[in-house]
Amino acid sequence: MPEAILEVTDLVKHYPLTQGVLFKRQIGAVKAVDGVSFALGAGETLGIVGESGCGKSTVARMLVNLERPTAGAITYKGEDITKLSGRALKAVRRNIQMVFQDPYTSLNPRMTVGDIIGEPYEIHPEVAPKGDRRRKVQELLDVVGLNPEYINRYPHQFSGGQRQRIGIARGLALRPEVIVADEPVSALDVSVQAQVVNLLERLQSEFSLSYVFIAHDLSIVRHISDRVGVMYLGKIVEIGTDTQIYDHPTHPYTQALLSAVPVPDPEARLHRERIILTGDVPSPADPPSGCRFRTRCWKAQERCVVEVPPLEVPPEFRLSLTPASHPSACHFAAEKQVVPPSPPAA
Amino acid sequence: MLLEVRDLHVEFTTRDGVAKAVNGVTYSVEAGETLAVLGESGSGKSVTAQAIMGILDVPPGRIAAGEILFKGRDLLKLKEEERRRIRGADMAMIFQDALSALNPVLTVGAQLGEMFEVHRGMSRKDSRARAVELMDRVKIPAARERVGDYPHQFSGGMRQRIMIAMALALEPSLIIADEPTTALDVTVQAQVMDLLAELQRELNMGLILITHDLGVVADVADKIAVMYAGRIVEAAPVHEIYKAPAHPYTRGLLDSIPRLDQKGQELYAIKGLPPNLLAIPSGCAFNPRCPMARPLCRGDVPPLYQVTESPVPRTSACHFWKECLHA
Repeated sequence: MPEAILEVTDLVKHYPLTQGVLFKRQIGAVKAVDGVSFALGAGETLGIVGESGCGKSTVARMLVNLERPTAGAITYKGEDITKLSGRALKAVRRNIQMVFQDPYTSLNPRMTVGDIIGEPYEIHPEVAPKGDRRRKVQELLDVVGLNPEYINRYPHQFSGGQRQRIGIARGLALRPEVIVADEPVSALDVSVQAQVVNLLERLQSEFSLSYVFIAHDLSIVRHISDRVGVMYLGKIVEIGTDTQIYDHPTHPYTQALLSAVPVPDPEARLHRERIILTGDVPSPADPPSGCRFRTRCWKAQERCVVEVPPLEVPPEFRLSLTPASHPSACHFAAEKQVVPPSPPAA
Repeated sequence: MLLEVRDLHVEFTTRDGVAKAVNGVTYSVEAGETLAVLGESGSGKSVTAQAIMGILDVPPGRIAAGEILFKGRDLLKLKEEERRRIRGADMAMIFQDALSALNPVLTVGAQLGEMFEVHRGMSRKDSRARAVELMDRVKIPAARERVGDYPHQFSGGMRQRIMIAMALALEPSLIIADEPTTALDVTVQAQVMDLLAELQRELNMGLILITHDLGVVADVADKIAVMYAGRIVEAAPVHEIYKAPAHPYTRGLLDSIPRLDQKGQELYAIKGLPPNLLAIPSGCAFNPRCPMARPLCRGDVPPLYQVTESPVPRTSACHFWKECLHA
């Protein structure tokens, strides 16, 4: 892995649950994120996948400092950004930008496209002098594949895919080094999704960006990511390169998740083993003891109830050079191929 | 034939003009068969379903032409009273968003039981017992205790099961499922699709599955109709269409989805945007985005060409389907 640009250690976010109106007592906490660590290399794309409620969006919001963590550190170039405030925080924020999921609600309907993309310059005037801004915005529109003449239009005059391009242009305005993209394509139609994914990849090489790419669509995450982390109920359960995670998963949750993805190949219906999990994700306000996945896991044993499995390379793979040798938080980690190997490219 | 839609046209009158949402759709479903209707937003797949169910907003909507034959009877010629007796009892619909499709101020037991009270004239007590049976059938744990719960007390997957239970209540012969799993997580999506397939087999129902997800289609469908700008551009048995699409739009869709089993190069992207229904391009509606488009495509609306006759008919609305098929 290249040198880390962003490092997250033991990140925790608990939202207090209170009772009473005047004398609020804390009666518990929603443990949205409960000890997440990872590193993002320069120029790398780290994908984070997980189902709704697993805490992936909360992680994203903490990375751009929209949410303060309860505990833990986010180190950007050697500096813990969770401790920063005022001017120093503002300087860091310039370098870590976000692209939001819903292009329909993340753009102010009363602002023109020029104002939306130019707003970052109002906050960070040192990036572009006033007279220069209009030109810069038009350049950005061109970069994301929109007509620069659209600068005076309003968001409602654009389609979903075009709006997401506007959101991306806004994220790029300050020339950040890291972009956190939270489900950037999930609201888009299939044919438009591919356009936006390609755009994100092109921009990455053009501006040497590092991406944290959060999504629930496992195919898209594989396509765009160098490394992938799988989250379940506030924790990363498995992390590794795309080959390690998709072709050699060792955590039962990853295996179940991968086997449940509908594959656009009717032939696969017949010779594909599907692991159908029972039940729903437990509430993050009262997560199961020990391993959080144990309530839905077919491998769960006594040990899983009492002992929290650490996220590390399982002992049996520690000395091997197989792709199964990557961090997996399971006491009984074992390789299982769930994605059938692809036939030779046609 | 259980259901036959013939040359259906649906229009919506808007402030800016007439939006032609459905422009001559023809498809059919037999008992026990699953037809997947695939398309992007605005392709007319849901509007067609609403027309079949008779829940189209009229006005602004209007069925301009066509026939919908259900068990041999043209639904469009029936009186509203007769349609109402069919709707819910003999054909039912499962909606995408269970939270907004269920009534938040009524218990799920009351909503499930209503089916039996209205259509079968059962007493409240009997209908409540049937509601519990139904919830058991769609595998909702502790059905007896939960029958008095409200929709918001259930998780997304459980709510979708309640929707399925409601649709199945009177054992209809046709079910239309409009994006039934789009709002669900993958592991829950697999559970719900499995359940739906199992119940379909058991009751030998016809199923129209409306979706934009090529993966879901591949998993469950027998045949596919691909829609674009209110027309069916390709219809084929599921295996053949994935192996060799006969329409450039289908081919583009298949090429533009990233794969789970390999990293792959740059994705193929269909250029441009879905058409504006107020001004559908002349000739083939796909021609401005089509890599194979030629002058003929801008002038002549392609008819549905027969790609293969037997054993199962396969059609494509592309002048150059042969080229596409062998590309």
